[in-house]
Parts: sequence; structure tokens; C-alpha cells
Amino acid sequence: MSTELKNIALKDAPSSTDEFIKGLWRENPVFVQVIGMCPTLAVSNSAKNALAMGLATAFVLVMSNVLISSLRNFIPKQVRIATYILIIATFVTMVDYSIQAISVDLHKNLGAFISLIVVNCIILSRAEAFASKNTVGKSAIDGLGMGFGFVFALFCLGSVREILGNGSLFGFMIFPESFQEWIVMILPAGGFFTLAFWLLIFNHYKLKKAKS
Amino acid sequence: MSEPKTISPGTQTNDGSKKMLVAMVGIGVVCALLIVFTYEGTFGRIEMLKAEALEQAVFKVLPGITKTGIFELTPDGKFISSDGKDRTKTLVYAGYDDQNTLKGIAIEASGQGYADILKILYGYDPASQTIVGFYVLESKETPGLGDKIEKDENFLFNFKGLSVALSEDFKTVINKVVPVKFGTKENPWEVEGITGATISSRAIGNIIGESSATIIPLIYQQKESFEFAPNDPTK
Repeated sequence: MSTELKNIALKDAPSSTDEFIKGLWRENPVFVQVIGMCPTLAVSNSAKNALAMGLATAFVLVMSNVLISSLRNFIPKQVRIATYILIIATFVTMVDYSIQAISVDLHKNLGAFISLIVVNCIILSRAEAFASKNTVGKSAIDGLGMGFGFVFALFCLGSVREILGNGSLFGFMIFPESFQEWIVMILPAGGFFTLAFWLLIFNHYKLKKAKS
Repeated sequence: MSEPKTISPGTQTNDGSKKMLVAMVGIGVVCALLIVFTYEGTFGRIEMLKAEALEQAVFKVLPGITKTGIFELTPDGKFISSDGKDRTKTLVYAGYDDQNTLKGIAIEASGQGYADILKILYGYDPASQTIVGFYVLESKETPGLGDKIEKDENFLFNFKGLSVALSEDFKTVINKVVPVKFGTKENPWEVEGITGATISSRAIGNIIGESSATIIPLIYQQKESFEFAPNDPTK
């Protein structure tokens, strides 16, 4: 980056809190950018699965952002994507082993989706669009913001789907026995319904804000 | 952004390639080390949890049992009681009811699925000469398609009384277990597949077919050697 560009960047540099809120809310990867839909729809059938998947992705996001940002001057442009994938895949493998060591059942529930974090576009897009151009600190905050934005979004979907589809939250029954579960909510179709419902709320809120 | 630089041929390209190589190899080595450390760090606990999960799975594939015992297959084809620590040996798990009567034997088997190696456990009841239960231990099959082998009720129903009857000399399975297309099951030794999970469900049929054809005659011939309470009274 030239010094001129650096100066501009410094002048307009958003604060750390801003950077964090950006990922969590303003540019939320699921509700605003609408990327990373595959794990979002597939593993959000219960609050526990959603949270585990979200945290695993957030960890990989932060770690890969930090490593890619610290190596940004060392990685030649021509092989950057290959290198990013290599770094991301390493952290995914680490997460995979760690989840297996925490609970075999959880690992079975998340199944192939853990390995698929490697090709999660949220992570690769943050590496390419942010970490490769910014300092380590900023990239870490960006990763945290986007990561928690993803956790938040998955949790929004997972909790609604589990409450309506199973009458429970984190496995604890919250409705009386007589509650008739909406089985469709834990099936794939329920994922689409819930996502549409949350997108509606988010866009409604955004439009309202834009008008005022 | 600065203007894209044009790379002049000659030494600069060589330098460029060298830099690329160094970067890729360097990062590759660091990544490999990270993975190895994580693997070594989690290996013990993962093995322990897997053993626990296997123990629970034995109860799932052998209905009505309250105790289990582990046996290993020796190179000369004999089953002896084992502590189950050496996972490289062929292990089978006998299940007993409250009266210490043998209810069945759970057998581990594996084979190529659609995405990766599938590891399964199935329960064999020597009294009725049928397979009485089936459970997927490890699978990376496509979510929503291949992973139906774990959930599809119609498919799982295949493994309630799947015939593995032996010939009169107890040396071979008369009709090897074979996979067939959905809706074409006619005989009790056929595994009806799943539409939309064709490869995965065929793989299960084949894995059980191969495994049962070799191990079930051995088990049946020596079924008396399983007929006692497991040496570990806590189990």
C-alpha cells in the first residue's frame, strides 16, 4: 500500500467497536450479506447444533484472519487463494479433532458440515476482502465481529426452529406436554421458512431506519 | 490500488517462482505441524469417547441386552475373551441378558461409502440366524442424501430379521446379503436400498454381505465360546 493510501485509510479508519459491530449487525454475514447459506440452513435445526457450528466457524474465521493478515506481505499474490485455503483447512482440521474430543454425538450431528467450513464463503471472503489488506489487530476484530454475527444468526434460526419444531430450547422442554410440535420446522423446509422470517424482520428494520 | 506491475522475463520470474514456492512450502510445513500437535493432543480422548460410543452402540444393535463382553478373533480363527484395548484386532461384542444368556453378537464392519469409509456395527442373533440391528458408527455421507442410511425408517427396517442362515455344514452363508433397488425386495437376505441415497445404501448392503459371509460361519461354529458371562462383572 502506498503512503498516500495509508494516510487515507488511517483518517477514515473506523474504531474497533465499529469494526466489531459491522460484522455483528450492520454487515451481518447471514442477514445482510446473505452468504454462507449452506451451513446456515442445514445445521440450524437445534439451538445446540447452531451454536456449535457458529462457534466452530467463528474460531476458524478469527484464527485464519489473524494468520493471513500477519502473513499478508509474505504471501505472493499469485498463490494467495491456495495459501488461504491451506490455512483455513488447517484450522478446520484442528476444530474437527477438538469437537470429536468434546463429544462424539455432537461431531456426528454436525457431520460433514465441519469439514465443509473449509469452503465457507464467509471465511474466504473475509480473508480476501479484509485480512489480506489490514493489520493483524483489525483483522482479528473483523473476524470476531463476523464470527459472532454468524453465531448470532445461526442461533436466531436454531432457537426458533427448535422451539417450534421440538418444543424445547437446548434440549429443555419449554412448552407443556400438550404442545403439538411443528415437525416441518426441524426439516429442511423449516430452515427456509425461518430464514425468510428473519430476513423479513431485518429488512423491515433496515427500511424503517433508511426512511427516518 | 497501485498499477499492476508487469513482470519482465528472466531472473525476476525465477525470483517470483522461488518466493511462491517458499511461501507455499513454509506455510504448508507450519500448517502440518499445527495439525500434528492437535491430533496428538486429542487422540487419547477421542479414542476413549469412541470406545464409549461403541459400547452404547452395541446396546442399540442387540435389543434386550443388559451386559456386554468383548471377544477378539485370533489368527487361527478362534474367538477368545479380550479387553478390547488393541483396536487393530478383529473384535466382536457379545451381548447378554439378565440371566447371562447370550442374546447376540455385535460385529464391526467397514467399507467404502460415497464420500469416505463407512464404519458400521450390526447385531447377529445366532439363535434365529438373522441380523437384528444396525448402526452407523462413522460416516461422512452427503447430508440430506447419503446420510439417510442412518435415519430412513424403511431402510433400517431391513435389519430387523435379515437372513444370514448357514448351510448344513455351517461353513458358508447360504444366501449372501445383497443390496437391491427400492421396492424390489423379495427375499429375507436382501437389503432394500434408498432412492436418493443409492450408493450409500448399496455400500451398506455390500459391507454387511462381505463381513457376514466370512465372520458369521466362524461365530456360529464357536457359539459355545461366547456362552458365558463376561469376565468384567461391572459391564
